[in-house]
Amino acid sequence: MYVYDQYDQQMVDTRVEEFRDQTRRRLDGTLSEEKFRPLRLQNGLYLQLHAYMLRVAVPYGTLSSRQMRMLGDIADKYDRGYGHFTTRQNIQYNWIKLEDAPDILADLASVEMHAIQTSGNCIRNTTSDQFAGATPDELTDPRPYAELIRQWSSFHPEFLSLPRKFKIAVIASETDRAAMRLHDIGVKIVKNDAGELGAAFYVGGGMGRTPMIAPLIRDFVPLDQFITYSEACLRVYNRYGRRDNKYKARIKILVHELGAAEYTRQVEEEFAHLLTLNIEPPLAELERIKVQFANPAFEGGLSDSIGLSNPAFARWVGINTAPHKVPGYAIVSISLKPVGGIPGDASGEQIRVMADLARDYAFDELRVTHTQNIVLPHVRKADLFALWQKLVAADLASANVDQIGDIIACPGLDYCSLANARSIPVAQKIAQRFADPAKSDAIGELKLKISGCINACGHHHAGHIGILGVDRKGTENYQLSLGGSEGADCSLGTITGPGFDEDGVIDAVEKATDVYLANKQGEERFLDTYRRIGMGPFKEAIYAKEPVNG
Amino acid sequence: MNILTGNDLKTGAVVWWDGSGWSLHVNDAVAVGDDAAAIIAGEQAARRVNGAYLIEAEASADGIRPDHIKERIRALGPTVRLDLSLKPADPAAGNWVI
Repeated sequence: MYVYDQYDQQMVDTRVEEFRDQTRRRLDGTLSEEKFRPLRLQNGLYLQLHAYMLRVAVPYGTLSSRQMRMLGDIADKYDRGYGHFTTRQNIQYNWIKLEDAPDILADLASVEMHAIQTSGNCIRNTTSDQFAGATPDELTDPRPYAELIRQWSSFHPEFLSLPRKFKIAVIASETDRAAMRLHDIGVKIVKNDAGELGAAFYVGGGMGRTPMIAPLIRDFVPLDQFITYSEACLRVYNRYGRRDNKYKARIKILVHELGAAEYTRQVEEEFAHLLTLNIEPPLAELERIKVQFANPAFEGGLSDSIGLSNPAFARWVGINTAPHKVPGYAIVSISLKPVGGIPGDASGEQIRVMADLARDYAFDELRVTHTQNIVLPHVRKADLFALWQKLVAADLASANVDQIGDIIACPGLDYCSLANARSIPVAQKIAQRFADPAKSDAIGELKLKISGCINACGHHHAGHIGILGVDRKGTENYQLSLGGSEGADCSLGTITGPGFDEDGVIDAVEKATDVYLANKQGEERFLDTYRRIGMGPFKEAIYAKEPVNG
Repeated sequence: MNILTGNDLKTGAVVWWDGSGWSLHVNDAVAVGDDAAAIIAGEQAARRVNGAYLIEAEASADGIRPDHIKERIRALGPTVRLDLSLKPADPAAGNWVI
């Protein structure tokens, strides 16, 4: 894991004291809300429906157990005993008092964390593959590149007032677990014909009101030009992005309106210019970072066999663990989606339990996933049963990862001032409808995502089944879409037709899964069947008139 | 009726103008008529409230009910965490929102 050097620590410590002074001046009236608002937002502090909300950055989703424990302690000390893990691999606290915010930032800084650039029109937290450094299917660990981006983008004076917010994801495997092509910049670490590592750049993706899949604009950028090329992409956007209309200000609109070829031409022109300025950090810095992401001290010669006589444990192993690059180890996903629970929420005590489990079983490391779960990346298979028992005791052993109960849901109208409809109750009802493990297992992989407004924080465009809550004359209404995917087979969902009320959309989801099960061939996933048979059969079933009795 | 709401500057808590100050309970809200702008200006300047604004609500024998669901959720608390709402002992409190 990356460890702060003196410069990193000095930056966050200085920011804490700066914000402490700004908060003091707001409370004594020296600063108006108009002047204070952009300052608090630069420190991740929003004003939401019920209170201030603090969004804490978790760079590329990676945490130590010490950091995770602090997140649990903050939940208990300053909030109402829980936190909400987000689709940006961050954590949010919903009940923060303004006067406590500087102390929270100080507590975070004491464990090398902060809330800088988790809001505002700047480069946000860079996300990555939650299986990074553990999965056998990656070329290399993508996190050193994400860390390099973090260092380059933190307080970058040119990019603190972009036309709109800017999100970057970095992956290094063919299996995209980070929705890479739905980012402003998606970076995929690749290897060229000479066997050298470099970066493919996908630019102009995103969700929100105008969803776009990022086109490839450069298939190989040498690693000693990685930051320079990133800077060129940002510079062209910063120069020509639409500042006149916030709904057209994201880079996806610029790339779309210019066309990928013209945007690329401008980036290449800027890139050639930037190369003459020699702005690239020395490769030695990347090497310094890489050392900190070295493998932990894995044991050799471990057995891959696991005793699976306990059926509940066996089911959990089958669903919530993934292959590891080292024999005898597994990647464990801890689902934060208990049936009837709130997706992504964990109590302070549960957060501390996960921290302890990371310390005891996973080389002290955790990951937050964009699907609002937690990953222990390196667990000995011999320890899985003991780990599972402790997860059961903490109500953290839901076996549903990538199944229909593993729902992404934004906070929605229950918490968010931008939302038009509630997301969480819909997620809870769907999870309850499909709570029978046999039913869920029969359906298999099905990624269901719910957003409470068009901003799409719940990634509904990328759901195999997506649900968008809208305000229809003061009443909550839900649009259903099918066929989205955030993976390497990235696609955007298509709306089925007229929307539904809350109960109606639950029924519609069940009808869609019934169509899938009736038409499934072989090992097809829901998404595969949808792509093969098209919208027609689904639409027909979803909107079929109910027979009238008598 | 038109009532005033905002968030407490220090705590962020949802508050309602009760005629002389800010209450946590929407049933304490009073109609503000033409005085809204002056109240907002004075209260924000005094740093007692943040982002105050006017909303429409209905008064009945059961109390005051904001017209829009968003304001009803603000008035009660998250419908999915009634234990954290202003009526933690009432399991049916969420029905008032819908």
